[in-house]
Amino acid sequence: MGSNRLTGMMKLALVVGGLQLGSLGLAQADTTILNVSYDPTRELYKDVNAAFAEKWKADTGETVTIQTSHGGSGKQARSVIDGLEADVVTLALEADIDAIAKESGKIPVDWKTRFANNSSPYTSTIVFLVRKGNPKGIKDWGDLVKEDIQVITPNPKTSGGARWNFLAAWAWARAANGGDDAKAQEYVAQLFKHVPVLDTGARGSTTTFVQRGLGDVLLAWENEAYLSLEELGPDNFEIITPSISIRAEPPVALVDGNVDNKGTRKVAEAYLNYLYSDVGQKLAAKHYYRPFKPELADPKDTARFADVKLVTIDEFGGWKEAQPKFFADGGVFDQIYKPGQ
Amino acid sequence: MAFRSSRRWQFRQPSVIPGFGLALGVTLTWLTLIVLIPLSGLIWRSSGLGWSKFFALASDERTVNALTISFGTAFVAAVINLVFGVVLAWVLVRYRFPGKRVIDAMVDLPFALPTAVAGIALTALYAPNGWIGSLLAPLGIKIAFTPAGIVVALVFVGLPFVVRTVQPIMEEIDKEVEEAAATLGASRYQTISRVLLPGLLPAGLTGFALAFARGVGEYGSVIFIAGNLPYVSEIAPLLIIIRLEEFNYPAATAIAAVMLLLSFIMLLVINTIQSWSRRRYGYGA
Repeated sequence: MGSNRLTGMMKLALVVGGLQLGSLGLAQADTTILNVSYDPTRELYKDVNAAFAEKWKADTGETVTIQTSHGGSGKQARSVIDGLEADVVTLALEADIDAIAKESGKIPVDWKTRFANNSSPYTSTIVFLVRKGNPKGIKDWGDLVKEDIQVITPNPKTSGGARWNFLAAWAWARAANGGDDAKAQEYVAQLFKHVPVLDTGARGSTTTFVQRGLGDVLLAWENEAYLSLEELGPDNFEIITPSISIRAEPPVALVDGNVDNKGTRKVAEAYLNYLYSDVGQKLAAKHYYRPFKPELADPKDTARFADVKLVTIDEFGGWKEAQPKFFADGGVFDQIYKPGQ
Repeated sequence: MAFRSSRRWQFRQPSVIPGFGLALGVTLTWLTLIVLIPLSGLIWRSSGLGWSKFFALASDERTVNALTISFGTAFVAAVINLVFGVVLAWVLVRYRFPGKRVIDAMVDLPFALPTAVAGIALTALYAPNGWIGSLLAPLGIKIAFTPAGIVVALVFVGLPFVVRTVQPIMEEIDKEVEEAAATLGASRYQTISRVLLPGLLPAGLTGFALAFARGVGEYGSVIFIAGNLPYVSEIAPLLIIIRLEEFNYPAATAIAAVMLLLSFIMLLVINTIQSWSRRRYGYGA
């Protein structure tokens, strides 16, 4: 989106400007780091950034400003590849960070092992958001392909969240058909015939479902679904947790190539570690992300998460296999959309 | 702009107006920096693909479909803008009425508004639960999330082009021309179709070409209202973005190069018709 790119550029300009000020010696004690993130983390990082800046000031006496840039996960990854000077990336998909590692060389290929829990300080899952009272009686994935059900999901080609949606649906169908991948593909193909609009990102889909009133069910990040409830009032929507979903692991990584250039490694590393701290975990749970260490979070926050059988990306051979198989040009998603099928 | 020059090649002729060398130098340098270098970068990148690969990428079914949708909707929108733009310009030039200046200023608003904002506003209006959409839905008409929605967005962003190119030409046509036609026994219809419209044709075509070109490349407003379904309402600029998401730079470049080529050919054709019609009917030529 033009506006996003514009803010991205402005941030870039700010960062560059900040560097120049720094080199002039005008603002030596001040450090600015840039966290390049994906769409539904706006609220989370607003809180995390404020808390971390305060803690860093208390611990070291230095003032640190954290800027966060949001957008579709893939687009954000490309901005970093194209030279956006991110200190850390906190994206929706491992595949996007892999792409940065591969295309720019600014992140080592073994980045996933550098922080706990596959570098995912918090996880999430995919749930259904339906209209109040669940008028179409949607309980599980199988209901989504019934007649006159419209499903809203973003385009897996442009949205990280949509890829989790896709795989969650696949996981259910595979389990329901005794592990048959062909049947799973048939189901997912059916499912996408019930999708009337493909937005480019998770927030766009939420808007389509919530504001435009289109569709009977929104496939959404769990945190995004709760946020919609919180902001729009539980009078209009409710959350349905399906029998099987996927454990979505949005990972974080340090962009070594940039922090070493800017001399911000120490603070950037501390920032990512902070996500694993008690405050970081509390904030994650508060914003409806499932914390890596639930015992650190507020019990009343963690109690909100419904029990659900969660499959992991490993059942698809990890992102290194799943990404090209399902979402690359000519992959399963493209085959589903071949005309005449 | 290139299509404005109706005069013949004048490079060698001494001119009474000084500064030709300097002005042309600035023009060429500026055009090279701003237009030529970025575009040749695109051509250069796509030429690295080789013909067979380029052709395979460009003739991919989905690419062809997206290009058809982009050019098709842009064409329809430009035609609509041509018709209503001329009417709007006519009203603004020929009549006096209260609020005329406000309407005149409103014509330019689509220039100023970020296209994404326009897209969101139009989607809100035309979605099945929007003001206009909810009136059309019982009739079984869907605008938002169909190619018709794309046309609506492109009509919006292209509106000022026709009005602003036709308006000054219309102002130049003296009322006496109409009176002369009337004294010679022409009906109102004949006056409009034989006397007025032919004179407006060159300017109208310029406006058409501008609106068309704008529509082909439009992204921001369209992705909100289009629905973005592959083979149905997926525009070529979105497909370029999708290819970039896949880190498939060659495919993205190929689509962009095809768009560039098609646009150039179409503008050239329109330009030729336009300069012919200017010689044939033109005012002040």
